[in-house]
Amino acid sequence: MTAPAEAVITVKDLVKKFGSFTANDHLSFEVYRGEIFGFLGANGAGKTTAIRILCGLSVPTSGYIRVAGFDAFTEAEKIKKHIGYMSQRFSLYEDLTVFENIRLFGGIYGISRKAIRERAEELLETLQMQAVRDTLIGRLPLGWRQKLAFSVAVFHRPGIVFLDEPTGGVDPITRKQFWEMIHASAADGITVFVTTHYMDEAEYCDRISIMAEGRIIALDTPAALKKQYHASSINEVFTRIARNA
Amino acid sequence: MKKFLGFVRKEFHHIFRDRRTLLILFGMPVVQLLLFGYVIVNDLRNARIAVLDLASDQVSREITGKIISSGFFRLVTYLESERDIHEVLKQGQVREVIIFEKDFARKLQSDGRAAVQVIADASEPNTARMMVNYTQGILMSYTLERNRNLPQAAAIIPEVRMEYNPELKGVYMFVPGIIAMLLTLICTLLTSIAITREKELGTMEVLLVSPLRPVQIILGKVTPYLLLSLLNAMVILLMANLVFGVPVVGSVVLLLAMTMLYILTALSLGILISSLTGSQQVAMMISMVGLLLPTILLSGFIYPIENMPLWLQAICHVMPPKYFITIMKDIMLMGNGLMYFWKEAVVLLFMTAVFIILSVKKFKIRLS
Repeated sequence: MTAPAEAVITVKDLVKKFGSFTANDHLSFEVYRGEIFGFLGANGAGKTTAIRILCGLSVPTSGYIRVAGFDAFTEAEKIKKHIGYMSQRFSLYEDLTVFENIRLFGGIYGISRKAIRERAEELLETLQMQAVRDTLIGRLPLGWRQKLAFSVAVFHRPGIVFLDEPTGGVDPITRKQFWEMIHASAADGITVFVTTHYMDEAEYCDRISIMAEGRIIALDTPAALKKQYHASSINEVFTRIARNA
Repeated sequence: MKKFLGFVRKEFHHIFRDRRTLLILFGMPVVQLLLFGYVIVNDLRNARIAVLDLASDQVSREITGKIISSGFFRLVTYLESERDIHEVLKQGQVREVIIFEKDFARKLQSDGRAAVQVIADASEPNTARMMVNYTQGILMSYTLERNRNLPQAAAIIPEVRMEYNPELKGVYMFVPGIIAMLLTLICTLLTSIAITREKELGTMEVLLVSPLRPVQIILGKVTPYLLLSLLNAMVILLMANLVFGVPVVGSVVLLLAMTMLYILTALSLGILISSLTGSQQVAMMISMVGLLLPTILLSGFIYPIENMPLWLQAICHVMPPKYFITIMKDIMLMGNGLMYFWKEAVVLLFMTAVFIILSVKKFKIRLS
């Protein structure tokens, strides 16, 4: 990244408390336009809480948070219009056809009917799925569904897309293809904020952060982190950090 | 608005592509109405009887004729001797045997009294009681008629009129109950399942992250059920009228308005249930056990509330269907106006408000 980096997510001193429990303890980071940002951490480290706040689903206790140019405290509804989201659990309707799913979500994000139809044809062509346009999602193999779910998440061309463990339970080949799609989207200027359990996937990210016990304890490019921790893989980095924590 | 309509269309797709939902929506009303209308019959019709006429004179034959022509009984056979009585009862050929004593007419003439023995098969107590009552009734009216011209002792003759349902048709009572039950089923059960299903599938999260507001999501989910259940209520009313001749004495508009009110109550309860749990199973259990059974048993639909022990009556009073059924009966059978049941309507309104406030609170807690 040689051009001056433009932050699309700015987080300073994000704190989220549930009663006396602090789920997010003074998180601070920035995510830049077109970047693939890996958000790593063990279960219960506070990842999900942070993502929910960034998506406007939950209100932070304190801090300065801007997503896509909007304030997380006062402009959550505006944030929602400018982001895409795909969760680890499958997110399309199985009893709707491929096109009906696209039309539904396109409509929810306020895209005109004509634009939906045009973009849908374009999308199906890219995915080579024209033949299944009117097939129920439930009849498609899991890999296809996952790719479609991602395409639907970025269908309204959001500035940022949040992927919460998008490749959970998917076979290795589909995972690889999925990451190719992620890279293609990033190349188109969509910022990708992704959480994952698979450490090999972390290597595909431009930068990663690692969370433990509500705090970010490491944040850099995969290469720099490996160097810093004298590790040969991110997996090793992760276990070393976990041991120290 | 366009977003909202797109969302409602999706919900219709869900409904029309799910065979189970379709069955509950369109199969249930018809089956229920026919079942309750035809099977659960409280009135007597064509009960099989036998007659042992030891007198075989003019009077005994006249009375037998009256009993048969009443429509309540059907004469299967004349018995020859007392030995046959238990045989025909045991074989189930007849449910009741009527025996006229020897010299029936003569005794009646000379002594002023003669005996008729009625033996009923009480292995089904309700039917037996009804048969005996009907038989006694016929005998009584015969005696009265016969004595009309005689100077007689002071007698109290009750003149009974069955108001609002002169033929005592059971189906009159069931129609309001069935409508209440189906609306509860559709609005509460199906809605709570529909909402929890989105939670289970993880699609709810995707919807919440979208620009749709939570209110729009919930309204979008319940709108199809609201429309379909209103349609359902009208179909039941129409069918009840055409097939069973159940009238709507009062205002149809008022009836539909009150139906709307109850639909809202049931829907808000469905929303509340789905806000309490994230699992379809639990939502179904709560709706079925906590709601459907009480609707049938504790709403005065089949069993009168007045006859229940006090603690059970107390439970009945918190069951929304009870109030709706009262209103329905008022309008349909008595032709009453709002003046007569405004209290029930207020209770339903109050319940609806409570359910909505609780769901909103629950939702806010989840968000923060």
